[in-house]
Amino acid sequence: MIERTPILDAVTHALMLLGLVLAALPIVVVFVASTHDLATVNRVPMPLWPGDHMAENYARVWDKSRFGEKMLNSLIVATGVTVGKITIAALSAFSIVYFRYRLRMVFFWLIFITLMLPLEVRIVPTYAVAADALQPFRVIAGGFGLELGIPQINLLNSYAGLILPLVATATGTFLYRQFFLTVPDELAEAAKMDGAGPMRFFIDVLIPLSRANMAALATIMFVYAWNQYLWPLLITTDQKMATATMQLQKLVPGPLFGQPPLWNEAMAATLMVMAPPLLVVVFMQGWFVKGLVASDK
Amino acid sequence: MADIGIRSVSKSYGRQPVVHGIDLDVRSGEFVVVLGPSGCGKSTLLRMIAGLEEITEGEIAIGGRVVNMLEPRERGCAMVFQNYALYPHMTVAENIGYALKVAGTARDERRRRVREVAATVGLDEFLDRKPGQLSGGQRQRVAMARAMIREPKVFLFDEPLSNLDAKLRVQMRIEIRKLHNRLGVTSVFVTHDQIEAMTLADRLVVMNAGRIEQAGTPEDIYRAPASRFVASFVGSPPMNLIDAVVDEAGGIVIGGVALPVPHRLAAGRKVTAGIRPEDVVLSDGGELRSDVDFVEELGSVRLLHGRLNDVDFVVQVAAADRRATGALAFTVPPKRIHLFDADTGLRIEHDTPVAIAAE
Amino acid sequence: MEKRAAFSDLRLAGALIAPQLLLVFVFFYWPAAQAVYWAFTTQPPFGGSNEWVGFQNFEQIFTDRVYWNSVGVSFLFAGLSTALSVGMALLFALFVDRRLTGYRVHRFIYFWPYAVAAPAVGLAFRFIFAPEAGFVSAVNQWVPGLWNPALDGKDALALIVLANSWKMVAYNFIFFLAALQSIPRPLIEAAAMDGAGVLRRARDIQFPLLAPTFFFLLVINVTESFVDSFGIVDITTGGGPARATDLMVYKIYSDGFKGLDYSMAAAQSIVLMGVVIVLTFIQFRYVERRVHYS
Repeated sequence: MIERTPILDAVTHALMLLGLVLAALPIVVVFVASTHDLATVNRVPMPLWPGDHMAENYARVWDKSRFGEKMLNSLIVATGVTVGKITIAALSAFSIVYFRYRLRMVFFWLIFITLMLPLEVRIVPTYAVAADALQPFRVIAGGFGLELGIPQINLLNSYAGLILPLVATATGTFLYRQFFLTVPDELAEAAKMDGAGPMRFFIDVLIPLSRANMAALATIMFVYAWNQYLWPLLITTDQKMATATMQLQKLVPGPLFGQPPLWNEAMAATLMVMAPPLLVVVFMQGWFVKGLVASDK
Repeated sequence: MADIGIRSVSKSYGRQPVVHGIDLDVRSGEFVVVLGPSGCGKSTLLRMIAGLEEITEGEIAIGGRVVNMLEPRERGCAMVFQNYALYPHMTVAENIGYALKVAGTARDERRRRVREVAATVGLDEFLDRKPGQLSGGQRQRVAMARAMIREPKVFLFDEPLSNLDAKLRVQMRIEIRKLHNRLGVTSVFVTHDQIEAMTLADRLVVMNAGRIEQAGTPEDIYRAPASRFVASFVGSPPMNLIDAVVDEAGGIVIGGVALPVPHRLAAGRKVTAGIRPEDVVLSDGGELRSDVDFVEELGSVRLLHGRLNDVDFVVQVAAADRRATGALAFTVPPKRIHLFDADTGLRIEHDTPVAIAAE
Repeated sequence: MEKRAAFSDLRLAGALIAPQLLLVFVFFYWPAAQAVYWAFTTQPPFGGSNEWVGFQNFEQIFTDRVYWNSVGVSFLFAGLSTALSVGMALLFALFVDRRLTGYRVHRFIYFWPYAVAAPAVGLAFRFIFAPEAGFVSAVNQWVPGLWNPALDGKDALALIVLANSWKMVAYNFIFFLAALQSIPRPLIEAAAMDGAGVLRRARDIQFPLLAPTFFFLLVINVTESFVDSFGIVDITTGGGPARATDLMVYKIYSDGFKGLDYSMAAAQSIVLMGVVIVLTFIQFRYVERRVHYS
């Protein structure tokens, strides 16, 4: 469109630049700080150009905090949660949309209403359940006067404990349901005519069709899972099971007597924790945006 | 009212050229229809007139004033968009009156003129509705009213009828033409529908691949298409196009049958012969033969589909002619045969003493 | 909506949905019910089964000035973060949507912050805004003691608001931009033909059409500020100084896991749950009332 708005254009460019600086500066500062030695990083004002201590800072904090192990844990958890959420969302939505039974809307709402129960508001009892996963069943059986000898399953300090409570997904189920509803009825009818059973139809038709949805959902779910903090913090006491994100708590520089705070190492760790989800977002930006916008509407 | 001068106008997106040096003059009060297939650059041309696209090269003048650098609002054009582009959150009255509101027209004056314009397009009863509550035809009228209220110097139409069903399209087509006859405002109308183009235009401009193929009255273009492209695009059913070679006698040979033509051509020249389905004369003694595969019944006429020289060939006959499938013999009056150069696709005129003829 | 072609193997249908129902029951409904149960009971100090106490726990938290402080801080935090992040995001989205040269680069980078984990945001901001090192500390060289989130409650609150907003601006930006881009281009062009300039179009066309997104984001931001702020607070301020940043979520955590007072924590959880439920209901209402283009 032809528009002669030089002043407004200048303002626009200035504002966009400001936005860019606001968005990127904290990340840049973290990077710059992670490349200096202890004395330089604590200088006021801080230097704006990277120093030459990058490799040693990263190596030191990597060894000291055993980041290799923790990044691996984070990766396992994030992948587990992502795969779990997608699988479970697709299966539940398939059941709700493609089978006709009376309880299906009840089930759908049971899943959907969990949106109102974020982890943070049920954190203490959820922790209690994680310590004894079959407790609900034991209590219920007990209520009927049954002594079934249900064993204790302790999920603390385990991948299952880190992953399972995060796998149920209202948004994912909702998204898949919406998608399945847009799939033409004729497809299922054609599959039936061709003699395909429900699982065949699900695997051969619905899954390939929903690939785009899956990519979008996977991107945001990975970011979500990697960035989990409160839950891993609660249920892992064993350092072997700790995730990278929760390690940040240990790296907050405290007042060490006579020593400047270890900001360079803290920032190196911050950047390492930031990097994987950021890279996912950079490489999958289209899917990420789509997933985010779709899952919240 | 104003004339529009388009001089060597080009448009490229990055390095991708979409309009190549167009020259066109639209006279004041004229209704010009730009016809072409999708992607031919016709909408881009219209949008350059409107100021919605920048002009890469060349010049556009409206009413004698070069408008290249003017914003859309400064050009005095009004536009009817393909999907109407009605403001969904405003009522019909607010939609129609928005231009006046922006211009700072007083509320009472605005209301009066909105009523007036709404009455001309038959929308009086719908002024308080939102666009979402209207039918396709009514939305179309709102878009028209919104364009009319500003009393623009130029009306621009960007395929405004393409979203209507067939019946409504015909009706709106007539209304638009009537409106133009009454208001007499210079109009440029873009479409890919050749019937729409033929019926609306004072002057028709046929575009292809970013260039003007031909400009003229609908009748001229129909009678004497300037290129093979125009011949294939204008007319329904389309002109039959068949490869042919010029023989020693200066006639053309189609599938072994020699036909005399009034053109003076060198022997051996490769041409494309164009024959309109309605120009075919059936006669048992005709030298051209085709087998009719099937008959298309259109009510007013019938179309006989067959093959000639290995290409599809359509013959139009009167409804009363109850001929069925089977062998068909016919001839074509020499003057009715259009010839196009096989390489360039350009028309070869009857009386053109073509240079090659001197060989 | 009904699918015409439904399958009839109900055992399969049950098996497909069972895993999710199981997870939802064990990790959502049971704990939520448990929280309710705990909120109305207390645990005797030396073990034994819980004792029903009615609303006593609630009475206790509602008469506790420390709790009200936490509520106040939470609302202030939510209000400020939301205003800041929704406002900024709207502004940036409007300008980026003008699609001037280079807007793609901006669009690309603006949503990065959303991918950064809350505690990482916290640690980064803690450093950048540290009073004795980092980036902002320079102001203290001009005016000593002007900025110190470790001692000054207002500074600490400002710090967590900024950190939270930084993350949320990115999120809101994505939504506003998506909404702006879903406004059909010809609408803007029609308005331009009607004589409206950039700002006039923003006011008359874009703002009204953005209204549903705007309200949706308001609610989401408030909800997220109440619920999802633990990581930032835990790393930057730890609720201090002097409880100036003691958000409700953080207080539940510290009462529950540090103070080991499950009943108090549970009662607070129920209150927070109430807030979230109310906000979610509002959100559903707005989601349903979205403008439809036709």
